[in-house]
Amino acid sequence: MQGFLDIFDIYLLEAVINGILLGGVLALLALGLNLIFGVIDVTWICYAELVMIGMYAMYFLVQFYGVSYFIAAPLTILLVAALGALLHYLVIAPLLTAPPINQLLATGGVLFVLQSFATVAFGIDFRNLGIRLPVLVLGDMNFSYARLLSFAAALFGMIAVYLFMTRTFTGTAIRAISQDRQIMALMGVDTRRIYLITSALGGALAGLAACLLVLQYDVHPFVGLSFGPITFLICVLGGLGNFIGGFIASFVFAEIIALGGLFSDLEWGYVFAFGFFIVMMFIRPAGLLSRRR
Amino acid sequence: MNKSSAGLIVVLAALVALPFFYREPYHLHILVLILIWSFAYTSWSMMGRFGLVSLGHGGFMGIGAYVTALLWNHLGLSPWLGIPLAMLAAGALALVVGYPCFRFRITGHYFVLVTLALSGIVLQIITATRDYTGGSLGYTPRRATSGNNLLALQFDDKTTWYLIALVVWLFGLFMWRRIDRSMSRYALEAISEDEDAAAAAGVNVTAEKLKITLISALMTALAGALYCQYQMFISPDTVSGIAVSLQMVFAAIVGGIYVSLGPTVGAIITILLAETLRIAFGTRAVGWDNLIYGVLLVVFIIFLPQGILGSLLERLKVRRKPF
Repeated sequence: MQGFLDIFDIYLLEAVINGILLGGVLALLALGLNLIFGVIDVTWICYAELVMIGMYAMYFLVQFYGVSYFIAAPLTILLVAALGALLHYLVIAPLLTAPPINQLLATGGVLFVLQSFATVAFGIDFRNLGIRLPVLVLGDMNFSYARLLSFAAALFGMIAVYLFMTRTFTGTAIRAISQDRQIMALMGVDTRRIYLITSALGGALAGLAACLLVLQYDVHPFVGLSFGPITFLICVLGGLGNFIGGFIASFVFAEIIALGGLFSDLEWGYVFAFGFFIVMMFIRPAGLLSRRR
Repeated sequence: MNKSSAGLIVVLAALVALPFFYREPYHLHILVLILIWSFAYTSWSMMGRFGLVSLGHGGFMGIGAYVTALLWNHLGLSPWLGIPLAMLAAGALALVVGYPCFRFRITGHYFVLVTLALSGIVLQIITATRDYTGGSLGYTPRRATSGNNLLALQFDDKTTWYLIALVVWLFGLFMWRRIDRSMSRYALEAISEDEDAAAAAGVNVTAEKLKITLISALMTALAGALYCQYQMFISPDTVSGIAVSLQMVFAAIVGGIYVSLGPTVGAIITILLAETLRIAFGTRAVGWDNLIYGVLLVVFIIFLPQGILGSLLERLKVRRKPF
C-alpha cells in the first residue's frame, strides 16, 4: 500500500510540474491575446492560427533549408510579427469604427484563410521538426528538455514584454492608450502607429510560442484548434486585457489539464477545464481578479 | 397583400411539387443539403441578428447529431424520441452556459469567446469518448433495414428527404416570422442597442436573451440530427467544432442576417460555391473552398456588413421611397 502511494505521489508531482511548464507557454499565448485586446480592443480569433503559421515556418526553415534552430527562431518571430502587423493593417484598421462583433468575425474569416492556406500549401500531413531533445530524469520523474526550454523562454519573453512596456516610451504609450483611447490621440500620440506596433508585438509573441510549441507538438493545418480555445478560455477567466489575471489563469488551467490528463485522457483534461470555467463564470464573471459587483 | 400571399402559395406549391417532376438525384441532394443548412443558418441568425454572436452553434449541432445517433445505436431508441432528447440536451447546455453569461452581463467579445470555447469543448468531448463516438474517424447510425424505414427515420429516396427538409426549413422561417412579430423582438433590439437602458425600461434582459438562445440552440440541434439522419455519417469536423460555427456565421452574414431569407441565400451561395469547386478541381479543391470563404467573409464584413440579400433589399427600398 505504501509503495503504491509513493508511486502515485511521484506521478502526481510530475504532473504538477509538467502543468507548470505547460502553463508557461499558455501564459505567453494569453499575454499576446490580452495585449491586443487591452490596447486595440479587438479579439484575434485567428491568434492560434498565427502560431500555426509560425510552426510551419520553423518546420520549413529547419527541415528544408537546414537553418539551425536558434537562427530560425528569430526569423520566425519576425515573420509572425510582420503577419500580425499585416493583419492589423489589412483587416482591423478598416474596421476600427465598426461594431466589435464585426472585427471579431473578420478575424474569424482570417482563421479560415490561414487554415485553408496551410491545407492548400502544405497538405494535411502531420509534420514534426525531427529534433528530439533529451529527457531529464529526476528521481523517478521524467521531464522533457523541450518543456523546460519552453518554460524558460516563455518566462523570458514575458519579462521582455514587461520591461518594454514599463521602461520605454513606446511601451508607456501603449499602456496609456489601453487606459484611454481618445485622450492619448489628443496628447499627440499617433494611435495608428501604436496599434501597428502592438499588433506586431502580439504577432511576435505568437511567433515565440510557435518556436516553443513546435518542439513538443507536430504541426498540421488544424493544430491551432487544439490550443486556441483553451487560450480564449484563459483570457476570459483572467479577465480580457488583464495581464496578471491571464498569467494566473494560465497556470490554473494548465494544472487542471495536466492533472486531468493524469487520471484519464488528455481530452478529459480539457473537459474538466471547461467545467471549471463554467463554475468560475458563476463566481467571478468578470475574471479571476475582479471584485464582485 | 392578396397578390403577395397568392404568390407565396404558388412558390410553395412549386417547391412541394418539384421532386415529383424533377428527379435528378444529385441536384435533389444539393437541394436537401441547402435546405438543412439553411435551417441551421436561420437558427443561428435568430440570435445573431440581435447582436448575440455565438460561435457555439457547432457544439449544439454536434450534440443534436451525436446524441440522436448514439441513442439509436446503443439503446435502439428511435430518432423520433432521440431527436427531442438530443434537442433537450443541447437546450440544457445552452441554458447552463447562457445563464451565467446573461445574468452577469457577459456580452460582446466575452460572449463570443465563451461560446467559441463551448464548441471547441464539445469537439473535444466527442473525440475523447472515442470508444462510443468513433472519435475523429466519424460515426454512422446503424442501418435499420434497407430501403425506407419510418421508425428509424432512414430513407433511401431523395424525394422523402427533400420534403422533410422543406417542412423543417419552412418551420424555421415560420419561427423567424413569429419572433419578428413578437414583443421579444423589440425587447431584444433594445437590449442589443443598450442593455442597461433596456433593463431600466423594464425589459427582463436575462430572460429575453435566454429565451432566444434556447430557441436557437434547440433548432440548431434539430438541424444537426436531421443532417445525421440524412447523411448517415457524422464526424466531429462536419457537425461540430469551431469550423462549423464559423461556417454558419459566414453563410449567414454573406446572405444577410437581418432578413428572413438571408441565411437561405447564404446557404445557396456557400454550398453551390463548395460544390462547384469540388466538381471543377476534385480532391485538389480541399481547402480552396474555405480559403475563398475566408477571404469573402473578411471582404463582406468590411464592405457589405448587411449581406447580399440585405443590401439588395435595402437598395430596392431606397429606390422605391426616394426620401
